[in-house]
Amino acid sequence: MPAVLNIQNLRKAYSDGFEALKNIDLQIEEGEIFALLGPNGAGKTTLISTVCGITTPSSGSISVSGHDIAADFRAARRLIGLVPQEIALEPFEKVINTVRFSRGLFGKPRKDAVIEDILKRLSLWDKRDNQVRELSGGMKRRVLIAKALAHEPRLLFLDEPTAGVDVELRKDMWDIVADLKRDGVTIILTTHYIEEAEAIADRVGVIAKGEILLVEEKDRLMQQMGKKELEVQLSGSLDSIPGALAHHNLQLGADGASLIYVYDTNQERTGITKLLNDVAAAGLTLRDVVTRQSSLEDIFVTLVREDAA
Amino acid sequence: MNWTAIRAIYMFEMARFFRTLAQSFVSPVLSTSLYFVVFGGAIGSRIDEIDGVSYGAFIVPGLIMLTVMTQSISNASFGIYFPKFIGTIYELLSAPVNFLEIVIGYVGAAATKALFIGVIILITSFFFVDMSIAHPLAMILFLVLTCVSFALFGFILGIWAGNFEQLQLVPLLIVTPLVFLGGSFYSISMLPPIWQSISMFNPVVYLISGFRWSFYGLADVPIVASLLAIAFFLGICLAVVWWIFKTGWRIRQ
Ligand SMILES: Nc1ncnc2c1ncn2[C@@H]1O[C@H](COP(=O)(O)OP(=O)(O)O)[C@@H](O)[C@H]1O
Ligand SMILES: [Mg+2]
Repeated sequence: MPAVLNIQNLRKAYSDGFEALKNIDLQIEEGEIFALLGPNGAGKTTLISTVCGITTPSSGSISVSGHDIAADFRAARRLIGLVPQEIALEPFEKVINTVRFSRGLFGKPRKDAVIEDILKRLSLWDKRDNQVRELSGGMKRRVLIAKALAHEPRLLFLDEPTAGVDVELRKDMWDIVADLKRDGVTIILTTHYIEEAEAIADRVGVIAKGEILLVEEKDRLMQQMGKKELEVQLSGSLDSIPGALAHHNLQLGADGASLIYVYDTNQERTGITKLLNDVAAAGLTLRDVVTRQSSLEDIFVTLVREDAA
Repeated sequence: MNWTAIRAIYMFEMARFFRTLAQSFVSPVLSTSLYFVVFGGAIGSRIDEIDGVSYGAFIVPGLIMLTVMTQSISNASFGIYFPKFIGTIYELLSAPVNFLEIVIGYVGAAATKALFIGVIILITSFFFVDMSIAHPLAMILFLVLTCVSFALFGFILGIWAGNFEQLQLVPLLIVTPLVFLGGSFYSISMLPPIWQSISMFNPVVYLISGFRWSFYGLADVPIVASLLAIAFFLGICLAVVWWIFKTGWRIRQ
């Protein structure tokens, strides 16, 4: 699949000298949902703003479907839709007019059928003649999405679409994203909710302090997540793993007082029963048994902490 | 040129104007009427004529200029400052438009609104005084050039302003005094010689003089000087806009 977004060696320093992005390399494939995961201040908004032309890169190159965002900015930007993190809307204009405005601004001729379809999909059709300021926060966020979709973009950025949004709207938002993906729209969303990335992303990137630490297929991450650790705590302590247990692929815990067994919960047979039987047969006495799951959150926290160190 | 985008910006800005139509028209009509009552009626009854034109008629071009200049500046400066303030500027910056197209949309709309109001005042004036327009084409040219150049100036102001105080400071401290001292309500020749010389440094004098010439064929300064003054002012504003375009000053971080 060709890259719809290609970012190379991107660096962004703000005018106060702060380096918000350090040497970012990122390729986004056509049609995928990519979740950019990172704590506050990681540089997610800066990255999106730079691609969309709101801030200027200090160095590096960015292209959208082969169009350089500087040299060929019109072609590049026509393909992009942006839903910003903060709600920013003209308060006194009618919903339908601000959405029409967005379409015109992106150079597309007026087409009421498209606007109607978008408003209906976002459950805004009944509110089309309301002034924006009369809407609730969640509805305003929908208007932002409608505006971003008005010119039928191929690449949609959603900057923390579900931050501060209630559970119901979050589910709705995920449905909308799934819908857009079905239409072949590539979606890049930022979030600091791991469950959000798990729920809807095809690939996940982790960013912290202006650097991308990891980009991985979500399924592969889930597999890692599916791994569980079983710690068999013993009454005594061992110098080495008894020969009778060698084939279980165990590790010796701290002080030799425990045995650690890693298994895959997705597997039909975890091998736990056999292991515990063998442990008993080897004459070892169990003190306790503990299981631990490594989650995306663990991976994330570890990565970010390592980066901070 | 992305004309669809220019049109979208222009119409969106005009919609703001039409939403508050009554307010947009009532206020200038009311203030003009008050000027006629105070200056034309009370003071004018003691001045009777300036160079053969009744005082009431004499102040009409100045009144129109006064309103058109301040309206152009406030419309354009507010028009671009507001999106910066509420954050909707993100959309302009991420759209496939260049700065020139943004300028045409915003300045065009601001100038149109000011022009509307100028015409309304002109029509109102006919109810109060007996007057005629000697050079209608020149009148329209002056009016349009003034609207456009002052809207450009207002646009620059709106880009520059970092808060509402700054947005109002320049019109209040610089533009209003220049406009009031620009010969709206008197002929420069009525001033003491020293003030006549000082007035020659006030660019607004040239604009009002030229505009008044288009009504009555009377001018404080040669009409060519008036044309040069407005062209010069327009040129400076265009140059500044061009520089902002090139550098992204106060727009893109
Ligand atoms: N205009 C700016 N000037 C200076 N620093 C900025 C500016 N905008 C953002 N930053 C800094 O850049 C870093 C990344 O910010 P941001 O991209 O908003 O992070 P995120 O969206 O991941 O929370 C933060 O440390 C923030 O303080
Ligand atoms: Mg952010």
